Amino acid sequence: MKITVAGIAKEYPQGLTVRKLIESENVETPEYVTVTINDDFVESGAFDSTVLNEGDNVEFLYFMGGGR
Amino acid sequence: MAFTNEQLERYSRHIILKEVGAKGQKKLLNAKVLIIGAGGLGAPAALYLAAAGVGTIGIADADEVDLSNLQRQVIHTTADVGKPKVESARETMEAINPDVTVKTYRLYIDSTNITDLIKDYDFIIDGTDNFPAKFLINDACVMAGKPFSHAGIIRFKGQLMTYVPGQGPCYRCVFKEPPPKDAVPTCKQAGVIGAMGGVIGSLQAMEAIKYILGTGDLLTGYLLTYDALKMEFRKIKLPKDHSGCAVCGDEPTITKLIDYELPSCELKSQG
Repeated sequence: MKITVAGIAKEYPQGLTVRKLIESENVETPEYVTVTINDDFVESGAFDSTVLNEGDNVEFLYFMGGGR
Repeated sequence: MAFTNEQLERYSRHIILKEVGAKGQKKLLNAKVLIIGAGGLGAPAALYLAAAGVGTIGIADADEVDLSNLQRQVIHTTADVGKPKVESARETMEAINPDVTVKTYRLYIDSTNITDLIKDYDFIIDGTDNFPAKFLINDACVMAGKPFSHAGIIRFKGQLMTYVPGQGPCYRCVFKEPPPKDAVPTCKQAGVIGAMGGVIGSLQAMEAIKYILGTGDLLTGYLLTYDALKMEFRKIKLPKDHSGCAVCGDEPTITKLIDYELPSCELKSQG
């Protein structure tokens, strides 16, 4: 199935969960990443139970603390 | 208030823009913007806001200028090392534009002072370098109904978003609470490319200016990310529904400001 991750559409296996996607994409600091699917938040407690579907648009939002 | 001849010349490139004009320039001259943090983000933001003729600019920071700041904090010079950052920033802004009144606040923000600090300002720029301050600014602005620009920079990356009361998600909608101390790099050890503050801090100034002018689309409901190594900007849409947010939602559970603990490596030096 084709899903779009951070703006790039690619083929992914059926039944992929958010947790597995985070692992396969080597997301930095995976414990603290915010995930949206089709412009809706996925609670971090639901990463294991949320299965991605064909055409989904996934974004990873990262903490960025610097500034001074 | 009529423009002086000097002002007509100084702001001529603004006044000629149909989105600004004489009317918009007057709005800028009457506007009040507070910049929290006179560093990597705050320095370029302050320079552009002063040059643009934002009439009152507040700047808050407790630190002194350190030699290690000068690689990115372009409002300070080598001769300013050791001077309070707010003083150094004030001198530069006043030298750029005598129309600007600069108000300095030599302090670190906390739950006891921030509400009073932001109350007289039209727009707030978060140029701080740590999560406790970023969450505090968000919560205080949400509670006081103040628009603000959030930003963060690290290494070769930067990002920003704009909060306007009643118009979409706040910082806490996206990042529920600060990560545990030292879990996410925020400290001086991680490093940042100097020009990153210039890119992102200038975008924060741009958001403040557009808000004051009431023109164009703000970064409300979006997170703009910049990856300098890939040379890629991405405007990421944020979820619209913020009814469940702990601070800006329908039934907020956070109704008092919180002083989160600073990571240990940031206690000594916040520069």
